[in-house]
Amino acid sequence: MNKVVRKYIENSVVSVLFTSSLVTTITVIFITFFLFYEGMGLFREKPLEADFIIAVNKSNTVKKLDNQQIGAVFNQDITNWKELGGDSLPIEILSLYTIENYYSEEDLGEDFSLLPQKINEFLEQTPGAIVCFTKAFMPEKIHGDEIHIDNIELLQFLKGKSWLPTSQPVAQLGILPLILGTLWVSLGAILIALPLGVASAIYMAEVAKPKLRNLLKPVIELLSGIPSVVYGFFGLIIIVPFIQQLFNVPVGETALAGSIVLAIMALPTIITISEDAIRTTPLALREASLALGATRWQTVLRVVIPYSKSGISAGIILGIGRAIGETMAVLMVTGNAGTMPTSFLQPVRTIPATIAAELGEVPMGGVHYKALFMLGIILFLINMIINISVEYIKKGRVGR
Amino acid sequence: MNKKVSEAIAFGIFRVLSFLLVGVLALILLFIIVRGVEAISWDFLTKMPSDGMTSGGILPAIVGTLCLMFGSIVFAFPIGVLSGIYLNEYLKESKLKRFLRLMTNNLAGIPSIVFGLFGMALFVNKLNFGDSILAGSLTLGLMVLPVIIRTTEEALKMVPNSLRVASYALGATRLQTVFRIVLPIGMPNVLTGLILSMGRVSGETAPILFTVAAYFLPKLPTSIFDQTMALPYHLYVLVTSGTNIEASRPMAYGTALVLVIMVLIFNLSANLLRRKFSKKVKLK
Repeated sequence: MNKVVRKYIENSVVSVLFTSSLVTTITVIFITFFLFYEGMGLFREKPLEADFIIAVNKSNTVKKLDNQQIGAVFNQDITNWKELGGDSLPIEILSLYTIENYYSEEDLGEDFSLLPQKINEFLEQTPGAIVCFTKAFMPEKIHGDEIHIDNIELLQFLKGKSWLPTSQPVAQLGILPLILGTLWVSLGAILIALPLGVASAIYMAEVAKPKLRNLLKPVIELLSGIPSVVYGFFGLIIIVPFIQQLFNVPVGETALAGSIVLAIMALPTIITISEDAIRTTPLALREASLALGATRWQTVLRVVIPYSKSGISAGIILGIGRAIGETMAVLMVTGNAGTMPTSFLQPVRTIPATIAAELGEVPMGGVHYKALFMLGIILFLINMIINISVEYIKKGRVGR
Repeated sequence: MNKKVSEAIAFGIFRVLSFLLVGVLALILLFIIVRGVEAISWDFLTKMPSDGMTSGGILPAIVGTLCLMFGSIVFAFPIGVLSGIYLNEYLKESKLKRFLRLMTNNLAGIPSIVFGLFGMALFVNKLNFGDSILAGSLTLGLMVLPVIIRTTEEALKMVPNSLRVASYALGATRLQTVFRIVLPIGMPNVLTGLILSMGRVSGETAPILFTVAAYFLPKLPTSIFDQTMALPYHLYVLVTSGTNIEASRPMAYGTALVLVIMVLIFNLSANLLRRKFSKKVKLK
């Protein structure tokens, strides 16, 4: 009997242990699920805010506009229908912002009660008219043609060159500047951190005396624990003004500032992993090289580095991964301009910084909210690719 | 001769680079310590913030961070240790083990802001916890889970196999061996992982942005469904969007120093514990 009870307890403990070990897997699945659950709806939405309607004069041959065109029309970058493939007519916009140009307050009556009527008048009388109001203000029967707007498309989302999610009347959701911003900042960081990190790793593993190494290594490990906001704070106080003065630019919050801060943050990761990799080189290999009359430097260059190549690459890739996903420090020092980056001395905006800066202010379930989750998906996928490639590189090492 | 010269030059450059690097990193620490010490006083640590966060203290932020740390550990520690035990003591090298490892690594690599998104979608909205310590702790807990699992595994690996064999030879079951022999011996190293993850939790900002952190809330939390201020978020707010950024600068330095000290204490004690323990194992 005792044995049966014991067996029962053993089995139940094992199942508890097994369940615990599944938590990480379940979490990864949940994260994937929720990101897609909240984000994928984006492509079933129109970039237009919920109940806005855009309409034109009946004789107008333009019946369909994409959201970039609408943005250009309402920003008055485009002022003639010819540019949109219609007849040569000046575009006349009637919206809440321009209504004063056409009608006085008396015309519109109390609480805008006459507005629907005026909208119809305007639509009928002005051949180049385009009107944009919420449903509440629109007449029941519109004497014009509603403009058809396509749902947001993945390709457009990825290729779009401006990120203005709050622009009126249509949100401009192009993430190309964000992707490029992220890549620029991370690449810059790696260009700075890679030579420094590998050089320090080689120095610590091959050159420095054990005493010195035992002093340096814990310091570098400690630095990997410092919170990213603190690095961001440091960057904002020291690096940003320094860049502003050195290059004489109007604002110091630039891609370069982001790269430097990220480089400092990624260095401990790169150094620790590369150093570990270098130290795994078998002593026999080194001794053989030295016995053949090679100097230590030649040994490092021709034997140690080739041997530990995959470990060093893993460190670098993990460093890149950390740089791409880093949020707070980058948010604080890069200036967050949602335009296409053209130089390192320009403010840029990265994907994680965009999520952090904007998610707090968007209404739940709206187009903007879904777009931010879509950004999360992209970040998640990039991270997956990085992890799998690290796993792959490590495996290559084991196989040797 | 030529070989010797190129070696001297290469190693010289490496030496300069390494010292430069450690110098820069030390400079960051020094900068924060020197400027922060001026701002820290007893009042700073024990008072509520006031005057649009330009004077007063950071007590609610300290308490909030401690709550989040405690909350996330209560949740993540048992799960992490149990799953570390399962991976190391029960599971042989197999497809399942590789898969579980891969998933743990994946979870470890997910950017913190994605955890923030996830925490908001699941805990705050779907499960309706609202912006609360509970939602924030769960999000942070899931984030540090891989750290705890890994260190537990490493700790158990260091327990000599002869002890397990001896235990079995005395007629103990696997369960008894794991919980009476292996775990107690590995415990100090498991605790190292715990302390490390507490340090990490205290410094994270992105996951708590949308799950718990309050911009300005000069009172202490009373339940796990309360919002709270937290040190890292408070620093972020002070630096980027306070009512008067210049006037709150000293507060920012002080907050940064408190945060750094907190993290360093955790990391240092983890290091010490690890060192002390590795000596003990050698004695055996």
